[in-house]
Amino acid sequence: MTTVSSFAPRTRRNVELVLLLLAVGIVVLAYVNVGLSVSGAFPPGLVTHTAGLLVISLAFHLLLRWKAAYADPLLLPIVTLLNGLGLVMIHRLDIANGRDVGSGLALKQLTWSALAVAIAAVVLWFLRDHRMLRRYTFTAAVVGFGLLILPLVPGIGRTVNGSRIWIGLGPFTFQPGEVAKIVLAVFFAGYLVQTRDALSLAGRKVLGFTFPRGRDLGPIIVAWVLSLMVLVFEKDLGSSLLLFGLFVSMLYVATERTSWIAIGMTLFCGGAYLAYLVFGHVQQRVHLWLDPFAPGQSDQVAKGLMGMAAGGLLGTGLGRGRPDLTYFAESDFIIPSFGEELGLIGLFALLVLYVLLVERGLRTALGVRDGFGKLLAAGLAFSVALQCFVVVGGVTRVIPLTGLTMPFLSYGGSSLLANWSLVALLLRISDVARRPVEEVQAGPTPSGEAKTEVVAIR
Amino acid sequence: MNAPIRRLSTVVALLFTALLLSSTYISFVQAKSLQDRPENRRTLLANYARERGQILVGGKPIAKSTATKDELKWLRTYPQGDLYSHITGYYSFTYGAGGGVEGAENALLAGSSDKLFYRRVSDILTGKEQTGASLELTINAKAQAAADKALGNQRGAVVALDPTTGEILALVSHPAYDPSVLSSHDTDKVVAAWKQLNAASTQPMVDRAIAGNLYPPGSTFKIVTAAAALESGKFTEESQIPGPAVLDLPQTTADLPNDFQGNCGPNNKTSLTHALEISCNTAFGWLGMQVGADAFRAQAAKFGMGDRLSVPMTVTPSSVPAELNMPQLAQSAIGQYDVRVTPLQIAMISAAIANNGIVMRPHLVKKVTSSDLEVIDETQPEQLSQAVSADTAAALTRMMEAVVKSGTGRAAQISGIDVAGKTGTAQHAAGSAPHAWFTGFAPSSDPKVAVAVVVEDGGNAGNEAAGGRVAAPIAKAVMEAVLGK
Repeated sequence: MTTVSSFAPRTRRNVELVLLLLAVGIVVLAYVNVGLSVSGAFPPGLVTHTAGLLVISLAFHLLLRWKAAYADPLLLPIVTLLNGLGLVMIHRLDIANGRDVGSGLALKQLTWSALAVAIAAVVLWFLRDHRMLRRYTFTAAVVGFGLLILPLVPGIGRTVNGSRIWIGLGPFTFQPGEVAKIVLAVFFAGYLVQTRDALSLAGRKVLGFTFPRGRDLGPIIVAWVLSLMVLVFEKDLGSSLLLFGLFVSMLYVATERTSWIAIGMTLFCGGAYLAYLVFGHVQQRVHLWLDPFAPGQSDQVAKGLMGMAAGGLLGTGLGRGRPDLTYFAESDFIIPSFGEELGLIGLFALLVLYVLLVERGLRTALGVRDGFGKLLAAGLAFSVALQCFVVVGGVTRVIPLTGLTMPFLSYGGSSLLANWSLVALLLRISDVARRPVEEVQAGPTPSGEAKTEVVAIR
Repeated sequence: MNAPIRRLSTVVALLFTALLLSSTYISFVQAKSLQDRPENRRTLLANYARERGQILVGGKPIAKSTATKDELKWLRTYPQGDLYSHITGYYSFTYGAGGGVEGAENALLAGSSDKLFYRRVSDILTGKEQTGASLELTINAKAQAAADKALGNQRGAVVALDPTTGEILALVSHPAYDPSVLSSHDTDKVVAAWKQLNAASTQPMVDRAIAGNLYPPGSTFKIVTAAAALESGKFTEESQIPGPAVLDLPQTTADLPNDFQGNCGPNNKTSLTHALEISCNTAFGWLGMQVGADAFRAQAAKFGMGDRLSVPMTVTPSSVPAELNMPQLAQSAIGQYDVRVTPLQIAMISAAIANNGIVMRPHLVKKVTSSDLEVIDETQPEQLSQAVSADTAAALTRMMEAVVKSGTGRAAQISGIDVAGKTGTAQHAAGSAPHAWFTGFAPSSDPKVAVAVVVEDGGNAGNEAAGGRVAAPIAKAVMEAVLGK
């Protein structure tokens, strides 16, 4: 039912254009809203800002028409809207904190956005078929692990807010973990496509579950140790959870064996419990999660909760709340900032946007014909879902608070670069997935393996 | 690989469902309680954005908001800060609202109370600027000033009640403080003042009248023992009971002596009235044991002991120990051992006797009014319990009149007016002077005011103190102020 060839192929680029204009319209409306409620006047430079936003998004849209005509039409409007709303909130917090436009965070975020879009365009331009990435499976492994441990290298690693997940080169700081997520997804996809037969077929049956052979446990153990190392040495609970969750989910998709999830969950829970017993910073996080109002500890979660409570159902309106009272209101706690000013309804709208984004990614995974593409698309889409869960769950007390940023919304250049590139990959895969079969075969590098995969799916 | 991808999308749905539920819980279900948290700066800021209601005594504000030009648009001021500190409490940007009506009726004063819902809606529709509700208190300004002046620099508390309505006429706790220093917009000064007030050994921020460390009631509690005895039907005010110089307590080598040397009457016998008049420990110790622990405790409970009251500030419940053996019962019957009371509780006992045995709910807020003086809510007198029968109340009144007329409480006499009362001298710690107590009401024929006074460690009289010498004159001053003498 999801095979593209079963109905007449349509590019849907016009749908994308309409949605894109709608997204830009919403962002501009929000921007005007902030200006009107804060100073009672239209923001200065409204026309140039609107024009700039339009030029960037339309340029990307034209690139898609030219280079990836069959790409999913929802992805670009969704991330444009999220990125734009994030910019508006950061601009709004600039005003509240007395930072003027020239030196504010919003301008930096805008610069990073433009750069991120440019890099995404470059990815789309040069990566004509995602299967090209499979050649670099083990290069990706080296680069991915390298990026992960980079913050630990003395001299360039930086500790910010207790987590050693930053690197600094001169005036620039960068969070390599965000990029590592994508590179490792490429590695996992390439590696699992090769080894899935061994990982999925061999094994013993115990209590209805087929458990893998001892020697096949190697990769999951390696991923587990790696994520624990991130937790212990970089003190980054969020990246650790994200990394391991990504691997286990991709392993499951590759092997279709539930036992891998059971093993993964057991390993993660065991590791997390051990970390809780041994490390003070993990204990702090857990206590903060269980009782955010207990005296004598950080009140950052409490502040966020009070912000959301102040917003209630409908929110105070953009520019009318006090999200600046929350710590990290423009990065880790941007969700409570939106909850305060747009209310529960606005928060739901944002979450639904993320659900749509993830769902389009998973749909791409279903539609694409080759195993590598399926794994990569599913992994990337699920990593976005998992990251949203870790961030929003952290500030709404579903799980302990961790230090991750909300994709596209939060302030932060590395996060924007990584996530726009991630979307570029998804766009490319979806283009291949939705392209009519004749065109695919006539297109670049039709590998023999792709054909056998088509058979394997049926 | 499509089947696991579909299942993965179910997992995604579950993850996001959890997020939708958790954010709904916070922004909708928990929102009210989160906003009411005292440390919530957003609520405080929102409160400062509109004019807070006044607190009024006799039509004059004792707490009001004045417009300022700084970020917090309103400054809270207390025109007679020290005099009313334990009634108003404080309203501080840094420390929130607390310590009195400011804290207890914060929602009304801030204008966020549910009681004001319809008014808020109409204000929004008519475009009127929203303000908090004002509170008119039951306090009698003259009685409050008299109590404050009479207590002077001594540590202690004074409570005066209208026995027939339960209105609180005076509520004084010393040492006091000036809440204006906490409502200042100069954060550094506020923090320094707060630290100093909380660190002070005299605990000026503790409202001794209704909260704080409870006091042993001493001999004032003999009224309760007498009430229990009369209610039992086995005794009258004329009954002759043993009154030796020292009462031999069962089950222990300890004895119970009188505070004065000697016995309470010829042949070690005394009438109930005479025993109360001279505050005879041995007679009341014996009487307590005759009444029994259960009846004694039940009588105390009928006077309101153990009740959780809010006036609207929360009152610490007074207590009689749950388990009493015979010697402990004898000690408790004269207000020692582990009996602990608030001055308000003692005033309620006098008020009940003055009001034919009926305890009225004590309250401090008479009326809630809008900024345009429209009455939103008015407190109606409410009966809490019937502590004793009208006959017992009349007998107790006669006995307490004798105390003031010719007994230990002569210092409370007011010329031309019959006063009923009882003194107390409560031992509380080895090496410390006893607390001086007086409670009573006047005029005894048609009571208008009931009072309780406690002066810690005997006040300026120290070890020489007895309730009659230190506390009774203070009570007299308050009663005179109420009666317009």
